[in-house]
Amino acid sequence: MALSGVEIFKLLPKTNCKKCGFPTCLAFAMKLAQRQATLDACPDVSEEAKKVLGEASAPPVRPITFGSGEKAVKMGEETVLFRHEKKFVNPNAFVLEIRDTEEDATVEAKIDAVLNSEINRVGQLLRIDGICITNESGDGGKLGAVAEKVATKAPEVPVIVNTESPEAAEAALKHFTGKGAILYGVTEGNAEKMAEVAKAHKATVGVKAEGLEALSALTEKVKGLGVEDMVIDGGARRAGEILEQNTLIRRAAIKKSFKALGYPVINFAQREDGMYEALVAGLGVCKYGSIVVVSSAEKWKNLALFTLRQNIYTDPQVPMQVEQKIYRIGEPTADSPLIITTNFSLTYFIVSGEIENAKVPAWLAVMDCEGLSVLTAWAAGKFTGAKIANFIKESGIEEEVSHRELIIPGYVAILSGTIEEKLEGWKVTVGPREANAIPNFLKQKVA
Amino acid sequence: MGYEAVKESFSGGVFPVRIGKEKEEVFGGENTLPFHKFEGEVPNRPLIAYEIQDVAPEEWPETVRTVYEGVSEDPVKWARHCEEELGARAIALRLVGTHPDGKDLTAEEAVKTVTSVLEAVKAPVIILGSNHVEKDSEVLPRVAEAAKGYNCVIGKAQEANYKTIAAAAMANDHKLIAMSELDINLSKQLNILLTQMGFAKEKLITDPMCSALGYGLEYTYSVMERIRLAALAQNDEVMQPPMLGDVGMYVWKIKEVQAPEEVLPEWGSVEERGILWEALTATSLMLAGAELLIMRHPKAVEMVEKFVDELI
Repeated sequence: MALSGVEIFKLLPKTNCKKCGFPTCLAFAMKLAQRQATLDACPDVSEEAKKVLGEASAPPVRPITFGSGEKAVKMGEETVLFRHEKKFVNPNAFVLEIRDTEEDATVEAKIDAVLNSEINRVGQLLRIDGICITNESGDGGKLGAVAEKVATKAPEVPVIVNTESPEAAEAALKHFTGKGAILYGVTEGNAEKMAEVAKAHKATVGVKAEGLEALSALTEKVKGLGVEDMVIDGGARRAGEILEQNTLIRRAAIKKSFKALGYPVINFAQREDGMYEALVAGLGVCKYGSIVVVSSAEKWKNLALFTLRQNIYTDPQVPMQVEQKIYRIGEPTADSPLIITTNFSLTYFIVSGEIENAKVPAWLAVMDCEGLSVLTAWAAGKFTGAKIANFIKESGIEEEVSHRELIIPGYVAILSGTIEEKLEGWKVTVGPREANAIPNFLKQKVA
Repeated sequence: MGYEAVKESFSGGVFPVRIGKEKEEVFGGENTLPFHKFEGEVPNRPLIAYEIQDVAPEEWPETVRTVYEGVSEDPVKWARHCEEELGARAIALRLVGTHPDGKDLTAEEAVKTVTSVLEAVKAPVIILGSNHVEKDSEVLPRVAEAAKGYNCVIGKAQEANYKTIAAAAMANDHKLIAMSELDINLSKQLNILLTQMGFAKEKLITDPMCSALGYGLEYTYSVMERIRLAALAQNDEVMQPPMLGDVGMYVWKIKEVQAPEEVLPEWGSVEERGILWEALTATSLMLAGAELLIMRHPKAVEMVEKFVDELI
């Protein structure tokens, strides 16, 4: 159960020594209660207090690392139910299912799809994070063969072995020993044997029960068998059930510090229709899934799902930024117009999108304003005439264009004079205030 | 320690809004978070309206333009096609042709289009301006008057033009969309201004401004979640109208729905990409609280309806 600030305060040394960086022990206690500080900042805390507080201050959702090496994925550690309260911490993993009943060619194609799934979006490299090998055949030999293929072709990709048979689990998991694999399919009936296999190969355990009461009992049982790292599944498959279980699991973990459900959640979103499946997967992204299993990984689907994950896991307090540079929209020539704006990613996306809609190739100068939008950056003194002049001079754009005309956002028309003063030989043109007026503006300009 | 479900019930709820004349539709009305049937009442499913225009959709990308080939030159044919062939539960008629930078059609011409569409379909109609502040306050009052008795939704009233538009919606007994720009406080302020001039809060639809997946979706998503929490947990009455996700217009102009596969092979098929983009934007916003959605592609609408079936 989470402790209140006052309860924590009673366990602290009450010396107000400030070594933790806070003015008083009470202030520190309040921060601990809000999980904005950690106990190790206090050098004088007693062993007993450490034990009590340690249990209470452990993250409500246990941190798990799926896979190993460069492609490892961190999961868990979430602290809130709504993303506006605080950033969602660890983005979910997308995992592609390969069934051991599938043709060799399909298996190979799916492995390739995962290996080639990487896409760069706003400076982040996004990919299908893992492969789930499902023992559809019920035959351990078949599962082992697929496992071997995956281990050979995609040795760095994190793997989930999905079977309820300890023998099949052993046949597959031996290819991923020590690689942070997940053994999914641990149930009330097979827990003891499966826990042994998982421990032997240092795998995380994926437990599966029908309903959250049974699930809580099962995680306690598995913990009693000496396995601490788990991902959990309450059996939900329909969208409505997934929403219900994921929400109740997250609430139990965060609002009640209920340890038996304080683990990352695995959602199975597979559907016959690969496009429709993306909507169910999207539910997992928005609503608390840590692993979302899909049955196909078409490029268009990946792009949409990666983008959604990026959006939902963005820090609501830190504006998204794009790199400061001169972007080419279309294929601009020396005569093409030059437009300047700030590096708030949304501003960049909207402005560049509208220039594209205009079908008029242009140079878009994006200036680093710490991710602020045009008006905010201007108000904060980051988008000023002097700074713009400097940026244009240093950007090298004078080598690229034959003209000397800079189009500025309508909202900062007031900057025209200063820019012309500081940027010798240049003429400033005031563009539209809103991006949606850019197409008309540009079309008229080049007409 | 045994498991106990942490269920939440709220003192507040979302107003149900009933629209249409010959055929009625109701959306909103829940007293719980979106689709939380396990702890509250969700009496109505979200309403998806098919978007049509007063002028041919030349600006729409190919994927969504071609599905309306042969009907989209005529708003009446287009509306009938949506209702009869696609099973549209509602029609959203956008008077984009009235925009001064476009065809600059007059209020009289808009009235003609609106009247003929209203006579052609049974489904409820949402009548939207061109989003030009001045022109909308000229056109929307006239069409609101012409649509009297049809129990339409008129939109959008913004801070700069809400008085004339709201007065016309009120006088002619329509529902009204109140739009502000991605800020819960602005949204609340506009709803307060509207109720202060006598517009019933039960007849409002809040539009906190849509954004497409990848283009600020997270802002719309979080503003919607916050508005919904204010409605439920704080029982804030001006935040209790249902919310609009004007999805199609924001999705079908971005690069991801237009860039051909030949140019960006790593993005895959442009057709499927576009359809999924619209559907996924819509379902994400529904999960944040949108109850009225305006969409364009029939396949995207079909998938979203199927997803709602699975959620409800």
